[in-house]
Amino acid sequence: MVEVAIPSNLRFRDDEPADEPGVSLDAFLDQPNAVSVRIEGGDDVRRLAPAFDRLKLVEVDFPRFRDGRGYSSARILREMGYKGELKAVGDVLVDQLLFMRRCGFDSFGPNQAIDLDVAARALSEYDYVYQPAADGRVPVWKLRHG
Amino acid sequence: MYRYDKFDQAIVDTRVEEFRDQVRRRIAGEMTDDQFKPLRLKNGLYLQLHAYMLRVAIPYGTINAKQLRVLAHIARKYDRGYGHFTTRQNMQFNWIRLEDAPDALADLAKVEMHAIQTSGESIRNISADQFAGAAADEVCDPRPWAELIRQFTTFHPEFSYLPRKFKIGLTASDNDRAAIKLHDVGLQVLRDEAGNFGFRVFVGGGMGRTPFVAHLIRDFLPATSICSYLEAILRVWNRHGRRDNIHKQRIKILVHDLGAEEFARQVEEEWQAIQRQDDDMPLKEYERIAAYFTPPPFEEGLSDELDLSDPRFAAWVARNVDAHKQPGYAIATISLKPIGGIPGDVTAEQIDLLADLAEQYSFDDLRPTHAQNVTLPHVRKADLYALWQKLDAAGLGTANLDLISDIIACPGLDYCSLANTRSIPLAQKLAERFADPARQLDIGELKLKISGCINACGHHHAGHIGVLGVDRKGTENFQLLLGGSGAEDASLGKIVGPGFTEDGVVDAVERAVEKYRAIRTDGERFLDTYRRVGVEPFKEAIYG
Repeated sequence: MVEVAIPSNLRFRDDEPADEPGVSLDAFLDQPNAVSVRIEGGDDVRRLAPAFDRLKLVEVDFPRFRDGRGYSSARILREMGYKGELKAVGDVLVDQLLFMRRCGFDSFGPNQAIDLDVAARALSEYDYVYQPAADGRVPVWKLRHG
Repeated sequence: MYRYDKFDQAIVDTRVEEFRDQVRRRIAGEMTDDQFKPLRLKNGLYLQLHAYMLRVAIPYGTINAKQLRVLAHIARKYDRGYGHFTTRQNMQFNWIRLEDAPDALADLAKVEMHAIQTSGESIRNISADQFAGAAADEVCDPRPWAELIRQFTTFHPEFSYLPRKFKIGLTASDNDRAAIKLHDVGLQVLRDEAGNFGFRVFVGGGMGRTPFVAHLIRDFLPATSICSYLEAILRVWNRHGRRDNIHKQRIKILVHDLGAEEFARQVEEEWQAIQRQDDDMPLKEYERIAAYFTPPPFEEGLSDELDLSDPRFAAWVARNVDAHKQPGYAIATISLKPIGGIPGDVTAEQIDLLADLAEQYSFDDLRPTHAQNVTLPHVRKADLYALWQKLDAAGLGTANLDLISDIIACPGLDYCSLANTRSIPLAQKLAERFADPARQLDIGELKLKISGCINACGHHHAGHIGVLGVDRKGTENFQLLLGGSGAEDASLGKIVGPGFTEDGVVDAVERAVEKYRAIRTDGERFLDTYRRVGVEPFKEAIYG
């Protein structure tokens, strides 16, 4: 088991949360003072790159838990170097938390309550992963070859 | 074959316990059936008409005796004493109880097996050439690459809630026995002049209600880039594939809508972005895996002579035995299509026998094929007669490989909740109609494939002759297709005309076959004749 402490608010960050709710991608890009954006399934998160220095919170909406577009949005943001809060909101369930964490989400706003004990188990039970992702875990092929 | 190390074993063991807890939470009412469904599907558990079906992965179609015996055990303990080889080289059990599934998966994990990602909107078990490591025509054994891709695609965090399922097919031969061009991604392993490995990449193939032959998007991808390149393909689809209509969400639809060239351009762009970020698996990881696939200790200097004085044995050798790369050895395929049988079904006793034969005659190696037969890849020619006698005694000696009675059929309405029609009784009637071995031989290679609904699990689009079951105002109706192929010359069959009753379609197939016999030229297969003359002469023969 890997060690995972589950914060009661499901926010895995120490900095102060942004105090503005996310606005749509177009609105965010139009408002030079905005710091929070809400990404819908079809949005191209690469458009955010020029605004990274003012961006504090990206909320990625999961309208249905089976809609997996948000996983790619998260990875792309982390690949481009976004370091701020990345929050999965909407139909977010405990059995999706592990892959969301691996894709770079560090905060969660689920529609329905998540059992923190189940979450702790889900996030800690796999000791090994097969592929590198946004969470910095070392894939087994690297462990094999030192 | 590949053996798990402590990492692989830990991952599979954890998966069993994770699923055990998910089943517990479902039964306790802590999640809805809608929330549970994708979780059970990704563990191979599918709700059928009468019970849960468990689909066990046989990665790239390679299995050993110990594993086969556990499949037989599962058939006996959790099912009704039999299993079913699928068209993706997996094994399905049709009568599993939900509460038993975690125990069955735990039994599988003890012999390095699982049911991970055999269903659901995920990257499925990879299928591969059943002659891998034995075929005289391959550039290398493709299975180490398949294992590398298996690991990379297992629990991929970005691609576990894809628009639909995603299937990869792999071969290392110009003679395509894995139907790679009818996969979401088809990969052909190549070697350049310097001996470097590469992949020819096809994308956007598939059957189902909108069939397409895959498009070539990359002629020689350096092989160690395969993980990042697959990631790019998957990401373009995951972001831009449709999610509004379940029938239009496969990658083939996106490739078709964008055009293969534009799709390839987007993949290239995404790949450039990914390559800057992720480490690809290095060649040394391929080499670590490949060490498990070194050729078995073949004996040198064996004779290629065969005593064919027993005519039934000679007939079996002529149909079911293929050339091996090693002198003195042969590839033997066991037909699971006895006349009147259920295509791909095996009893627990037969599974145990297959295990014994694999151990005794084929270096503990058995390969399910996409045509629902099984291959013993490395048999000494001197052992073929003894092998055939044992098969014959067990009802497994049918000499009909690639003949008209070697029928692919989906489980159909006897099991499947999606089916419109029953496939098994039709397959049995067709096999019985053409049961005469001399007649089958005279007809020659003819791939007959039956699907009980438009989802095409029985590969009817790829049949030289295909049959598609549809529901016509509440009665079972069968459409006839001609001219498909799942091989290197892949093509999609075309519907000939109005559909038939079950008996009517048997007659129609016979009329098409007799037309072929009347007009064929020397050496022409049914498919060749069809391609030469087109559909009209057949239409006339069928509908008069």
